[in-house]
Amino acid sequence: MGQTLSEKILSQHAGRTVNAGEFVVVEPDVVMSHDSLTPGIIKILRQELEMEKVRYPERLVFVFDHVAPASTVGTADSQNLARRFAQEQNIRLFDVGRGICHQVLVEERIAGPGKIVIGSDSHSTGYGSVGAFGTGMGSTDVALVWATGRTWLRVPETYRVVVEGRFPSGVDAKDLALKLCREITIDGANYMAVEYHGLDWMPLNGRQTLASMAVEMGAKAGIVPPTGLPGDQFPAPDWLTLDTDARYTQSLTVDLTRLEPQVSMPHAVDHVVDLSGVAGTRVDVVFLGTCTNGRYEDMKTAAGLLAGKRIAKNVRLIVTPASSRELSRAAADGTLAILLEAGATLTTPGCGMCMGRHQGTLGDGDVCLSTANRNFKGRMGSPNAQIYLASPAVAAATALTGAITDPRAC
Amino acid sequence: MNRVWKFGADVDTDQIVPGRYAPYMRPDADVGEAAFIEARPEFAKNARPGDVIVALENFGCGSSREYAVEALKRRKVGAIIALSFARIFYRNALNLGIPLFESPEIVEALQDGDEVTLDIPNRRVQCGEQVYLLPELPVFAQEILKAGGIVPYVRAYGRFPGEE
Ligand code: SF4
Repeated sequence: MGQTLSEKILSQHAGRTVNAGEFVVVEPDVVMSHDSLTPGIIKILRQELEMEKVRYPERLVFVFDHVAPASTVGTADSQNLARRFAQEQNIRLFDVGRGICHQVLVEERIAGPGKIVIGSDSHSTGYGSVGAFGTGMGSTDVALVWATGRTWLRVPETYRVVVEGRFPSGVDAKDLALKLCREITIDGANYMAVEYHGLDWMPLNGRQTLASMAVEMGAKAGIVPPTGLPGDQFPAPDWLTLDTDARYTQSLTVDLTRLEPQVSMPHAVDHVVDLSGVAGTRVDVVFLGTCTNGRYEDMKTAAGLLAGKRIAKNVRLIVTPASSRELSRAAADGTLAILLEAGATLTTPGCGMCMGRHQGTLGDGDVCLSTANRNFKGRMGSPNAQIYLASPAVAAATALTGAITDPRAC
Repeated sequence: MNRVWKFGADVDTDQIVPGRYAPYMRPDADVGEAAFIEARPEFAKNARPGDVIVALENFGCGSSREYAVEALKRRKVGAIIALSFARIFYRNALNLGIPLFESPEIVEALQDGDEVTLDIPNRRVQCGEQVYLLPELPVFAQEILKAGGIVPYVRAYGRFPGEE
């Protein structure tokens, strides 16, 4: 009997063959936490576990992205506490401005094929973009990994997504991610891993968009087989291959050639329609950023539509690059200049307004079209704001007109 | 007697505690006061220790924020009974020692505002004359809850549930 990628990765780490439904205790290769929760995890370690030192400091990574740079005395103090802790224990820390945790760990090649990456963040599924088993956990679970080097997991069943064809122009990985939320629904892959097959041709950034949104269907992990990634940067262990006789609990085939631009409507990620169903909806703010769509390629796509034009008069276009590297890439080839000349506001690489804490928090009545992954009520600020989710191309086309617009019409 | 607070499907963690109310953002505030602060302000004001949350599918979806569970724990929520739970929430709730059950029968029977008596050790909820049996939890979940959460469990046994 063959195994799914999750079964293979968890078996390797458990030191025995395990299959869906079994419980395993494993040593994660990487344990990521960000500024929002690291101070609380330190508190659990010290006060509840009564420990001072983490077991394997070399496996820990801190990234400051959620409120970066600090916006209040409280966030500044918390960050300082985590900085001191990292320094004392020799923990790698990527400080404010470096970028979003999920982007940084991929750029730094800390996440890689066949690894187990635990993050204090639900979008840790994004590490599946490079063939890792990435999953999010709460602060207490993370504190226990710090303390013991281990964690327990239930080996998940796997939902297989088979992708056929290629994107028509104006349609990209975000539309596919939203389409999958639409088909599979917000809890259709609860407790499962999603495997994405047929994407050997897809560049890394598209894989990151897809894997980050696996959690929006409830998934524990979302893994794209690492085939087609540069092997020198993401060396895949020879056991990490697809078995033709692996057992998939469910399967869905998507034909990309017939995919339309998708838009998720307030206030649930799986409340998705073809763009034509909401075209013309007035928008106040367009947000281009996040671990789902804040990369160079996303800015480049937007620039392709905005070149030589100005955004609509009553629209704010806020661009938050996913990392300092992505910002540099956009600056180097003029992409950034195009966005700024079109009227975009640039903020520090990081999560930006995704969580409504700074750099563009929404007010009462604001309507936002965002390239992020979540549109829950109150997520980006006022509970009386409306959030639509779409691709970078839709975001740029919408910024131009001030209403939700099909990029293929621009 | 305790009150039933009934919710619909897909209650996300932004509804339980919005990210803007995280301890990181309000270090001096009691996160318990932020429980459902925008989605259900009466809960934030009136919930009493032992009250029961009843919900449809996928309760607790979205972010991994443990402070959503922490807020309910500080309000001393007696149990959460739903059709299903989102994965990370389920794990966080067990870790912090909040009993949670999946029971279509009870979810259908209990309505918002019902007064109930909860008896976790005997797995019973009583509403008026009706007594409902709470489903048996998986063994690992029972063990964690019995210890009072995952931290006391690991401190007591020096291992994770199911570990040799
Ligand atoms: S960009 Fe948004 S979704 Fe991604 S890690 Fe940051 S807050 Fe979470």
